[in-house]
Amino acid sequence: MNRIVAVENLSESVVKLEIEAPRIAQKRKAGHFVIVKLGLKGERIPLTISSADTEKGTITLIIQKVGVTSHKIAVLNIGDEVTDVVGPLGLATHIEKIGTVLCAGGGVGTAPLLPIVEAMHKAGNRVITVLAARSKDLIILEKEMRAFSDEVIIMTDDGSLGKQGLVTHGMEEVILREKVDKAITIGPAIMMKFSSMLTKKYNIPTEASLNAIMVDGTGMCGACRVTVGGSTKFVCVDGPEFNAHEVNFDELLSRLGGFKDEEYKAYQTYLEGLKKETV
Amino acid sequence: MEIIAEYLKQERSQEWREELRKSMKSKDRTTKVRVHMPEEDPIKRAKSHIEVNRGLTMEIAVEEAQRCLDCPDPTCMQGCPVSINIPKFIKYVEKQDFAMAARTLKETNALPAVCGRVCPQEVQCEASCFYTLKLKKIPVAIGHLERFVADWERNSGNMYVPEVAPSNGIKVAIIGSGPSGLAVAGDLIKLGYSVTVFEALHEPGGVLKYGIPEFRLPNEIVDVEINNLKKMGVEFINNFIVGKTATIDDLKEEGFEAFFAGSGAGLPNFMNIPGENANGIMSSNEYLTRVNLMNAAHDDYDTPVFLGKKVAVIGGGNTAMDSVRTAKRLGADKAMIIYRRTLDEMPARAEEIKHAQEEGIEFLNLNSPIEYFADKNGRVNKMRLQKMELGEPDSSGRRRPVPIEGSEYELETDLVVVSVGVSPNPLIPASLPGLNVSRWGTIIVDDKEMQSSIPELFAGGDIVRGGATVILAMGDGRNAAAGIHRYLQNINKK
Ligand SMILES: Cc1cc2nc3c(=O)[nH]c(=O)nc-3n(C[C@H](O)[C@H](O)[C@H](O)COP(=O)(O)OP(=O)(O)OC[C@H]3O[C@@H](n4cnc5c(N)ncnc54)[C@H](O)[C@@H]3O)c2cc1C
Ligand SMILES: Cc1cc2nc3c(=O)[nH]c(=O)nc-3n(C[C@H](O)[C@H](O)[C@H](O)COP(=O)(O)OP(=O)(O)OC[C@H]3O[C@@H](n4cnc5c(N)ncnc54)[C@H](O)[C@@H]3O)c2cc1C
Ligand code: SF4
Ligand code: FES
Repeated sequence: MNRIVAVENLSESVVKLEIEAPRIAQKRKAGHFVIVKLGLKGERIPLTISSADTEKGTITLIIQKVGVTSHKIAVLNIGDEVTDVVGPLGLATHIEKIGTVLCAGGGVGTAPLLPIVEAMHKAGNRVITVLAARSKDLIILEKEMRAFSDEVIIMTDDGSLGKQGLVTHGMEEVILREKVDKAITIGPAIMMKFSSMLTKKYNIPTEASLNAIMVDGTGMCGACRVTVGGSTKFVCVDGPEFNAHEVNFDELLSRLGGFKDEEYKAYQTYLEGLKKETV
Repeated sequence: MEIIAEYLKQERSQEWREELRKSMKSKDRTTKVRVHMPEEDPIKRAKSHIEVNRGLTMEIAVEEAQRCLDCPDPTCMQGCPVSINIPKFIKYVEKQDFAMAARTLKETNALPAVCGRVCPQEVQCEASCFYTLKLKKIPVAIGHLERFVADWERNSGNMYVPEVAPSNGIKVAIIGSGPSGLAVAGDLIKLGYSVTVFEALHEPGGVLKYGIPEFRLPNEIVDVEINNLKKMGVEFINNFIVGKTATIDDLKEEGFEAFFAGSGAGLPNFMNIPGENANGIMSSNEYLTRVNLMNAAHDDYDTPVFLGKKVAVIGGGNTAMDSVRTAKRLGADKAMIIYRRTLDEMPARAEEIKHAQEEGIEFLNLNSPIEYFADKNGRVNKMRLQKMELGEPDSSGRRRPVPIEGSEYELETDLVVVSVGVSPNPLIPASLPGLNVSRWGTIIVDDKEMQSSIPELFAGGDIVRGGATVILAMGDGRNAAAGIHRYLQNINKK
């Protein structure tokens, strides 16, 4: 099935898993994701395919613990099986040589950004990556991003790493300094909203990869719907990347919070359960 | 047609049938009253997910079977999309040979336990029963009897597993494990093909699993049928999206020689009215999938689902009935159907409407939503409705709903399920540029063999019809299996 062959902890809350999935490894392109389900009672969650090894027949996922399911997946060990993995899903990122690409990632968006940074770099673009977080401990994948970026700018709210300020400050600095041909933004909806407003001001074509809540991931349920350019789109089949300047981020923001209370309660119960087990 | 008529006549003239016919006067048969399906109490059942219909007892089933006149020209069969030999199976019930009754059903219907529960018999076999047509009486309860026989067989622990021809080594791929795919699989495995069913979701069964709720069609019944197919040698691969995980061309390279697309009409329609993307508004597919496939209402399952006290379900089909009755079971105080025509035009099965009424579902007919409003957290809290009246008949023959100017009003709601139809799943058509599809995105096939414009690809069910019934999907599957068989015989001869 989908056995885990390698595990690497990238930080306190972020884990890199390499999973056997030969068919998906063959077909995947940058921007594609999989839906993963753990155990009989698990929920289905989308995760970006960060890289693939067609010879070994494996895909790599980078998971940040934010709730019950991501936590359960993040604590798996080598040899464990992931019950269900389906994909590759979504439309692949449009990769071409365009010149200078500004990639901005924050929070949960950092992992999905990595394969795009890599593909843009390999296509011969100059890639400048801005990573942002509240503080030093929350900056992830810096090393991996550096491997495929011409420059990495780190922004933290408290200045504990890199420069102090928001992601948009880092982006604007680059835009004012040199010609940017394209921007890509992935992260919390609020971050994408402000990055998108910024690049719109400077007329820079921008893609946002939307992290809508999903169920099936095949266009069957409509849980992932967003408004883009005034019409409803399904992120799982029409995206996940869209022209950021046309996305209704306020709606996305509201829809992402839909299950917030239930999710928070479930996660607290789960964490308490873990504590009891270890005592 | 003549061959079939001859065959029916032959079977009907078998000694046991003749004897049975003579054993009771027709008048005694026709004066019997139709059985009543025993049902769970409406108040009790609306709080649980147990099956509403409890099934006939053996005694009642035999009584009901006695009503059937074993007509020389059994018109009921013409009403059945897969032409079950109805009098034969019913007479086996009367004879109390339930095993043979079950075999008779399986001659033409791979999923009798399912069809006995979900077919709209009132517009199919029972609509063309002699009782309905000529006697102007209530028809024989063909559906209830079908279910009885299938359940009897399953509970006997001794299910008949059809014989399978020796393997011919020819590989056929079935895309989608809904009723059409299961029907093709059953027929082709019997003929000796090596059959693999690819399913996108993590469980096989299609709408039977993720759509139709437990209280109408327990998942266990579908699983038993799927296990039977597995026993016969059908291979099921879940989490495999043909067109994504592998293309049809990839599968051809792996030796598959023919394909059946039974990928369904999976794409939910929305009305595109203001406010429709608020939280707490979702498609019936999302609602039912969360509850049925993901078990969201159980605390020990991880998937959440929005709960509501004042639930509005938009639409009047089976899907709408299933959603509104599910909402009631999940604790709604008010569970409402909002439908733009009247009860007479409702496409849902008559029994579902009746059950819904008994369970206290409110019907706001001749109403249509025009806008939704949300609270400060983005959760729906109100809808604006418009009243309708019926005008001239439209292309479907049903009278067209016409909005009444100035009739708009507001209604409080905290959960809305949009159930206004589905569109064909675009995955397969999108991955095959050479495929002929209609304006609506359905795959175009010739209606006998179900062959598409790509000779090795056959299709049936909702991806061809754009939304139909379980039995029509199965009928398509059976025709496609015959078509695939002929096609493969021909190319392998050359
Ligand atoms: C196309 C796509 C690709 C993704 N790729 C990755 C990836 O490579 N790595 C990764 O770690 N995550 C990725 N995500 C996000 C990931 O799916 C969610 O973090 C996950 O569903 C959370 O599930 P949970 O049960 O752990 O947390 P939940 O209990 O569901 O949620 C916990 C908290 O996270 C928030 N949240 C829930 N879902 C999302 C979401 N989709 N996006 C942002 N916040 C969310 C909730 O509001 C809540 O505050 C991706 C999402 C999409 C749509
Ligand atoms: C809630 C609800 C209630 C209903 N009630 C009734 C009823 O009472 N009576 C009745 O007769 N009919 C009813 N129907 C209609 C009936 O269920 C459908 O007409 C029937 O299921 C269609 O069967 P199908 O074989 O075409 O495919 P479906 O049952 O739609 O199954 C298609 C399957 O294919 C899979 N799939 C799609 N694309 C791919 C791909 N590319 N690769 C792999 N797998 C794929 C899907 O995941 C799905 O499992 C109901 C429908 C719904 C939604
Ligand atoms: S038409 Fe009615 S009475 Fe006649 S054989 Fe069919 S089910 Fe029996
Ligand atoms: S996740 Fe169900 S349609 Fe996109």
